[in-house]
Amino acid sequence: MLILKLLFRNAFRNKLRTGLTFLGISIAILSFGLLRTVISAWYAGVDASSATRLITRNSISLVFPLPLSYKDRIRQTSGVKSVSYGTWFGGIYIEEKNFFPNLGVEPETFLDLYPEFVLQPEEREALLKDRKGFMAGRKLVEKYGWKRGDIVTLRGTFFPGNWDFVLRAVYRGKDETTDETQFLFHWDYLNETLKKTTAHPWADHVGYYIIGVTRPELASEVSSVIDSGFKNSLAETLTETEKAFQQSFVAMSGAIITAIQLVSMVVIVIILAVVANTMVMTTRERIGEYAVLKTLGFTGRHIAALVFGESLVITLIGCLLGMALTFPAAEAFSKSVGSYFPTFTIEPSTLYLDVAAGLVVAFAAAVIPCRRAIRLPIAEGLRRIG
Amino acid sequence: MEERRAIVRIKNLSKSYRRGAYTVPVLQDITFDIQEREFLSIMGPSGSGKSTLLNLIAGIDKADSGTVTVGDVEVTSLSETELALWRATHVGFIFQFYNLIPVLTAFENTELPLHLTGLSKKERQEHTRMALRLVNLEHRMDHYPRQLSGGEQQRVAIARAIITDPTILVADEPTGDLDRASAEEVLDLMERLNSELGKTIIMVTHDPRAAKRASITRSLEKGFLNDAHS
Repeated sequence: MLILKLLFRNAFRNKLRTGLTFLGISIAILSFGLLRTVISAWYAGVDASSATRLITRNSISLVFPLPLSYKDRIRQTSGVKSVSYGTWFGGIYIEEKNFFPNLGVEPETFLDLYPEFVLQPEEREALLKDRKGFMAGRKLVEKYGWKRGDIVTLRGTFFPGNWDFVLRAVYRGKDETTDETQFLFHWDYLNETLKKTTAHPWADHVGYYIIGVTRPELASEVSSVIDSGFKNSLAETLTETEKAFQQSFVAMSGAIITAIQLVSMVVIVIILAVVANTMVMTTRERIGEYAVLKTLGFTGRHIAALVFGESLVITLIGCLLGMALTFPAAEAFSKSVGSYFPTFTIEPSTLYLDVAAGLVVAFAAAVIPCRRAIRLPIAEGLRRIG
Repeated sequence: MEERRAIVRIKNLSKSYRRGAYTVPVLQDITFDIQEREFLSIMGPSGSGKSTLLNLIAGIDKADSGTVTVGDVEVTSLSETELALWRATHVGFIFQFYNLIPVLTAFENTELPLHLTGLSKKERQEHTRMALRLVNLEHRMDHYPRQLSGGEQQRVAIARAIITDPTILVADEPTGDLDRASAEEVLDLMERLNSELGKTIIMVTHDPRAAKRASITRSLEKGFLNDAHS
């Protein structure tokens, strides 16, 4: 009890220094939390992947299409439950900064394969009936203030011209990992338009196939059968699990992610330096008081409890402050980056890491000052007073 | 005449410090006894080894050779942990600069040594009040050291020193940082502790007026102890 009282009062003895230390720790924890959340957001697509879904694309690159005719052959493969397909449209809404994923899909099979996209039955019905209709995620609709029945125009980039779509359905994610910023319209609308206007190379072609398998353990076998079936064709395929497909996107940004991870580690080292500096100064100032306590009969354990305790109090308060600030900062960050990170939520694992980093820093920063305080002979400590 | 036994026995005590490549002898072959309920003052010029001798008697420094026995305990043979425990119950310390903990009140500072005993909170509070009453500071018990005068701080330090009813009280220049009036108050108090409560006091001082209050005075010069005089 006495030790607790002493260490708390000691921690707030030099209010300016403690305040600045809190500030340093909280900013570092805030940065650490945000950087970890950015990394988590990068992997959100991977985490949201289903083990029963495969993606088949052109083996050369995703920028090359696959013929629509592959659909029936894939469907006949043993272990395949359903097949859908899609094409990355890459349209721009008003101006380029308004980025969000927009794809032409086959809505009926797509919604069967993605039960995490939750729609009202009447909205589903409305979407399926209207060939120019589209569905969008809740966040996207809220961001641009769209209402059902609104006509939204996208400016095509790869598929030139202005494309009008009618909002027929707003989907909600089944859980937090579901991307609620997608814009999904009828692939048929895209294909028919392409066929009408020019002999576009993507007419009657799709960007990729989404394949639902009956059991996750069949994924590897089904992939091999599909790819071997199209070997030596004009468009050879590469089939992989949805997770591997998403990971290949993340891998493209591997260097950036590694850099962010390194910076987040550097932030921890910075907090360590801040707290260690405070603890070294504090212990040096109190060396006489520790000598007095030892004179009165308090042991090295009591002194260690005081030094470690003070370090822990300062670090954890700064840490909690930083964690509390991470939530509004993440919210603001998420708004400022728009739809680049469809899900930008602070995961419990990030908060656990914050606390773990705080604990490690508190203990590591107190080791050397504590050693000095314990080892200094009492007589020498007393000589430093006065 | 009342028979007194030796409460502190010092035998062939030597201590030196290393200053770079040199070894400086501070105490050389000191042998003497301190009787029970004695008020001893040790005088001597700066660097004569007074404080070192006091530290060795109180078990906060290690001798190079020789022994210090307080009561039945040979202090020089105790380990660090044993010494800490021994000091907590057998020695009361009074320092020149009071050495109170600034973040604790007069009451909490006085109570400090009792946290190392098995007393209950209620017993600790009773003892603390009694000690502060003895030094006439019960009315200032909620004040922090910065709110007390030098004399008052030293009286709190004395209350802290006597609260565990130690075998010996050691005082290192207890009036060295005080004005004359406060110094007289503190010396009066120490005299009372010796005469009324029978406390054995060992005081190191520069001040001849303070030394006069002691029942016996010894002087140290260049590490050697001179004869005692009353």
